[in-house]
Amino acid sequence: MYSRTNPAFLRGMTQSRSVTRRDALRLGGMSAAGLALAACGVQGKKVEAPPQDAVAEYWGSKKKNGRLRFANWPLYIDKDGKRYPSLEMFETDTGIKVTYTEAVQDIPTFFGKIQPLLAANNDIGYDLMVLTNGLQLSKAIALGYLVPLDHSKLPNFAANANSAVKNPTWDPNNAHTIPWAGGLTGIAYNPKYVDEVKSIADLWNPKYKGKVGMMLDTQEVANFGMFALGIDPDKSTEADWRKAGEKLKQQRDAGLVRKYYENDYVDALVRGDIWITMAWSGDIFQQVAEGKDLRFVVPEEGGTIWTDNLCIPKTSQNPLDALIFMDYVYQPKIATMLVEYINYITPVSSAKDLVLADAAKATGKKKAALEQIAESPMIFPSETDMAKLRSYKKLDPGEEKVFEDIFQPITQG
Amino acid sequence: MKRLAPYLLILPGGLWLAIFLVVPMVFMASVSTQEGDVVNGFAQTFNFSVYGDALMQYKTQFLRSAGYGLVATVVSIALAYPMAYWIAFKGGNRKSTYLLLVLLPFFVSFVLRTVSWRFLLADDGMLLAPLKSAGLLPEDFHVLQTTFAVIGGLVYNYLPFMILPIYVALERVDPKVVEAAQDLYAARREAFTKIVLPLSLPGVFAGVLMTFVPMTADYVNAGILGGPENTMIGNIIQTEYLVNNDYPTAAALSFTLMAAMLIGIFAYAKALGTENVLEAAAR
Repeated sequence: MYSRTNPAFLRGMTQSRSVTRRDALRLGGMSAAGLALAACGVQGKKVEAPPQDAVAEYWGSKKKNGRLRFANWPLYIDKDGKRYPSLEMFETDTGIKVTYTEAVQDIPTFFGKIQPLLAANNDIGYDLMVLTNGLQLSKAIALGYLVPLDHSKLPNFAANANSAVKNPTWDPNNAHTIPWAGGLTGIAYNPKYVDEVKSIADLWNPKYKGKVGMMLDTQEVANFGMFALGIDPDKSTEADWRKAGEKLKQQRDAGLVRKYYENDYVDALVRGDIWITMAWSGDIFQQVAEGKDLRFVVPEEGGTIWTDNLCIPKTSQNPLDALIFMDYVYQPKIATMLVEYINYITPVSSAKDLVLADAAKATGKKKAALEQIAESPMIFPSETDMAKLRSYKKLDPGEEKVFEDIFQPITQG
Repeated sequence: MKRLAPYLLILPGGLWLAIFLVVPMVFMASVSTQEGDVVNGFAQTFNFSVYGDALMQYKTQFLRSAGYGLVATVVSIALAYPMAYWIAFKGGNRKSTYLLLVLLPFFVSFVLRTVSWRFLLADDGMLLAPLKSAGLLPEDFHVLQTTFAVIGGLVYNYLPFMILPIYVALERVDPKVVEAAQDLYAARREAFTKIVLPLSLPGVFAGVLMTFVPMTADYVNAGILGGPENTMIGNIIQTEYLVNNDYPTAAALSFTLMAAMLIGIFAYAKALGTENVLEAAAR
């Protein structure tokens, strides 16, 4: 049934939002990971933000070891057969040998595996990893699990990173993370059943009763409830959450919502079970690239941007090698290689011109595919879209409980 | 040595259970009464109110899960009993082939089997689209994201666990006993209700144990086939644990679920006549 072999589609399938993979993992990992989590939870202790000199103190004695163990999501780096061209270039240019592992398939589960090790100050087996912004990443920062980055060693990031991805609210001044790739949360719809959509209000349109998809993730769904009311999630208060909760409850009680989906909304949309849904840009890009007639919009009221972030665990054995890699991928040339394969938003916006240049050189199908990437607002969002994008609210543990108590009864009532 | 033998036999399994079942359970019990969060750490405060709070907060999902488990169990018995009966008494020398067919779905991943329902039963899928275009079903009819889909998925996934124990019980019924009943002027129906059925009840009991408990705690079917009104307690526990990292609530919910099911099963055993059942099952 999943005969499509497009790698980025598979990347989508194996992403955190994939119900199949996620549930498969949980079936096997529930008890073990859960117990590990329980065990470590007790040891969890918040640390204060690192003082200014923590960076100098940490990095002062670090040496380049010529080795790097990198944990990433599956199919989230350019691949040519069994080779990884960008990693090979990195190895040639820097002399650092990379051990690449597709270890991250679901953030809560991955966090569950590494947390007890980090709490006990043990090596997790990786020097560099990719974590999506959200509750677990915020917890990792709060618990002092991530190395503070030495930005004097990240000149390419400073020069080439898109200003929109710098200084995110969940990690001020990129103190611990820099983006690897990202995506948008907006609305996708099937034009066969639905007229042009511009507004979040269409998710509340009674015409689409029982054909509306919303997301199971409480932060995602809460954001859309807030956008519908003109509230910026990033600046929201508990009172705003309650209003958004009411708004979302109306939608649910009216029978509009078919289901609160994980990544499986994509299949439901393609099959016609739902006509209009909250959606992640990369998923819809893939479907469109395969010839499906679907549309993706960032609604007038706003959409969210999320990023998968490079970060160094505090028990990294080769932190300097990791930092060198982090800067290396911010060269436009490398960012281009990555985005042409990954098809998610690159943090290096100048990559667009390079993709177009590659397209000019290419022919036939390859040319069309590259042009599609360069021109897609799902991979290179327009200025107007960017202006509408907001970030997830960073929740501290006390707020998280209140937040979940408001929105979880809606998604899992 | 001879006196030690029985203990040595139980040692590996006993150790296994002690280490991987009892220790974590004790640990979980301790976690359930702790307070705190993953960032600031948890501290033992013997906060037993979490049990009441969690139960109140999620009573809908508890009742729903019990209801689904019950209905799915009854449907499973209705489907499994005739099948097991047919294989046991009419299967002839192909019995093992039929049993293999019953077990065949296990060779495909549980999750994948359930996901495949989504393709089969899609609103405009291979099953519903022809019926809709023939005018036999209204346009907005759907199966996915309904209670029917979730219970159907549960039955589908756990049916073999009901068939096998009933089959084993029926297989042990000596056909000569039935003949004897008939010799003594029992009608075929009486021979069944008075002889075969009582003899097979331990199998049904074992089947109920093996299906009701996992079906009630299941979260895959509700997650994949269910809609907003079908969330089961298993889904809640999963979310509390893995997404919210609210271990005390998750642990309290797990223990409450376990206690409720134990009570239910013992009540059921009692109603059936415990000693009879256990004796017969052990035979």
